Amino acid sequence: MNDTDSLLTRYAIRLGDDAMVHGQRLCEWSSNAPTLEEDLALANVALDYLGRARMLYSLAGNLCGQSEDELAFTRDTRAFQNLLILELPRGDFAFTLVRQFLLDEFEHLFFDALTASANEMLAAIAGKTRKEVAYHRRRSQEWLRRFGLGTAESARRAQAALDTLWGYVDEMFAVDDLEATLIAEGIAADRAVLRATWQAAVTHAIEAAALTVPDTTWRIEGGRQGLHTEHLGHLLSEMQFMQRAYPGLSW
Amino acid sequence: MTNRNLLPLWEVFVRGRRGLDHIHVGSLHAYDAEQALEYARDAYTRRGEGASIWVVESRHITASQEADAESFYDPMDDKPYRHATYYKLPDAVDNM
Amino acid sequence: MAEASLESPQHRFDNRIEAEEKIEPKDWMPDGYRKNLIRQISQHAHSEVIGMQPEGNWLTRAPTLKRKCILLAKIQDEGGHGLYLYSAAETLGASREELVEALHTGHAKYASIFNYPTLTWADIGAIGWLVDGAAIVNQISLQSTSYGPYARAMVRICKEESFHQRQGYEIMVKLAEGNATQRAMAQDALDRWWWPSLMMFGPHDAESAHSAQSMRWKIKRQSNDDLRQKFVDQTVPQAEAIGLRIPDTKLVWNAARGHYDFGEIDWNEFNRVVSGNGLCNRQRLDHHKQAHEDGEWVRDALRAYAEKQA
Repeated sequence: MNDTDSLLTRYAIRLGDDAMVHGQRLCEWSSNAPTLEEDLALANVALDYLGRARMLYSLAGNLCGQSEDELAFTRDTRAFQNLLILELPRGDFAFTLVRQFLLDEFEHLFFDALTASANEMLAAIAGKTRKEVAYHRRRSQEWLRRFGLGTAESARRAQAALDTLWGYVDEMFAVDDLEATLIAEGIAADRAVLRATWQAAVTHAIEAAALTVPDTTWRIEGGRQGLHTEHLGHLLSEMQFMQRAYPGLSW
Repeated sequence: MTNRNLLPLWEVFVRGRRGLDHIHVGSLHAYDAEQALEYARDAYTRRGEGASIWVVESRHITASQEADAESFYDPMDDKPYRHATYYKLPDAVDNM
Repeated sequence: MAEASLESPQHRFDNRIEAEEKIEPKDWMPDGYRKNLIRQISQHAHSEVIGMQPEGNWLTRAPTLKRKCILLAKIQDEGGHGLYLYSAAETLGASREELVEALHTGHAKYASIFNYPTLTWADIGAIGWLVDGAAIVNQISLQSTSYGPYARAMVRICKEESFHQRQGYEIMVKLAEGNATQRAMAQDALDRWWWPSLMMFGPHDAESAHSAQSMRWKIKRQSNDDLRQKFVDQTVPQAEAIGLRIPDTKLVWNAARGHYDFGEIDWNEFNRVVSGNGLCNRQRLDHHKQAHEDGEWVRDALRAYAEKQA
């Protein structure tokens, strides 16, 4: 494997981890949504993320000789490189949809940029993902408005979710050495340059929903270095149970 | 409307592909048209069955009643000249 | 018979049933017919929705990504089928809220099989293969039920469910082809799910409370025992093909009848679980109530938002 392939593998794995962990959290909503209709809608979103994880793990796996399942089910906490915001427990419905909103606004810009990747596979995955995100974003924007302008309780819950999540959003825009190198090669999308556009869009939507952009000053990062909250280990122990309890078997 | 949680009911019509009529497929609950449209997409086109979706709040549909059937449809039964088979063609002409 | 009665709604209804015509929502129908339908359709809907839980129990633990996607798509389908059925029930004037309320207060039932726990991954295979297999035998028959919206929902459901049984059987095939632990897991699941699957068809025809009237109204098209026989006949060879043993010592091919003979269902066990003594009865209902309760503020917010926009 040459240097670029090795970097690309790591890049695809971290994007795959983002989709995997978020998809796993969304699975937890099955039979728990506020209406049956919303249960079906959340399942569609979850399926999009699981599908995305599979595509990215396959891309990485073809380069490093591992299967998508080995990547998903046999790596431990320190090897996972997902963004911390995605591993936080699903919380209440407001927490899940506000997180989705912050993520959708980011992914909408990010995957748009990634369609220009010099790597065709990555560009193709981004092209497919961009369409899915457009739908997710439409939903989450509406939900934010409904929370904010619905009842005092829904506004309170949405604001609480924003306040908790805000400390984790910086990490979405952090570019480390790996990504800097791949950006220079035209393979990765530069997340740092998306920040201003994202901030403006998110601010506008939050204010339109009569909610407040948090002024919290604490910031937490570490996912890309495998430094996680304690939540991830539990998510993985559940997700990886079968492959851990019965290693090496075919299902 | 005694129940404060009652959600409006919407009827869903899906066009399977271009060139076909929209067909009634069922109903769902949603608070507004936008949400009804999205839920219709999620509930009734999970296998990509849809090219176009209509939703309409159920209360806006006015339906004919069974009791109206005689006055609505029976008068149509005595106009056979509206059907092509009513007309006899000369043997030499086998299709029209 | 008097002239007037030939024109009566009851007479017209009877003629329609006799002529295999569908009854549609705005038609006059006897009260009993309406009530019977609401009972059956809502029970069917609740079963789809409660049935999401035992399978959802393995969603976060599915052994491969492919299996996880398939399982989620399947569970989502169950929810969708619940929706189609609630939608059919609502054409009879029963609102979703009333139907859910009846479930929560115990007035409406759901399929008792979902009161059994899913303990291993093989149970997900067994549910798809046996429970969905039994359900589809029943649902195919119901495609010709006399109430139009119910029949149409069944047609859509049958079309979509064709993959459900196959994915379950495929899980069992994989296990059967696997090592001794996997084969034992598959056999154990079959042992636990076989009899409850047979119970899904309900009591013997003679003892079924609603059967006779339902058959006359053509809501039900085939008897419980006929459908059960059909399921046994089609499933036994499938078990044999992958080297699994049906847990019934009386099971034997009867060439004269052209059917399998099989042992008697333990109706005490059936009644025990129906009356609340299954491992998961309270868990299933509590889960549904909790999700409904947790969602109340969301539904309140939606309503408030919609009112402000209006």
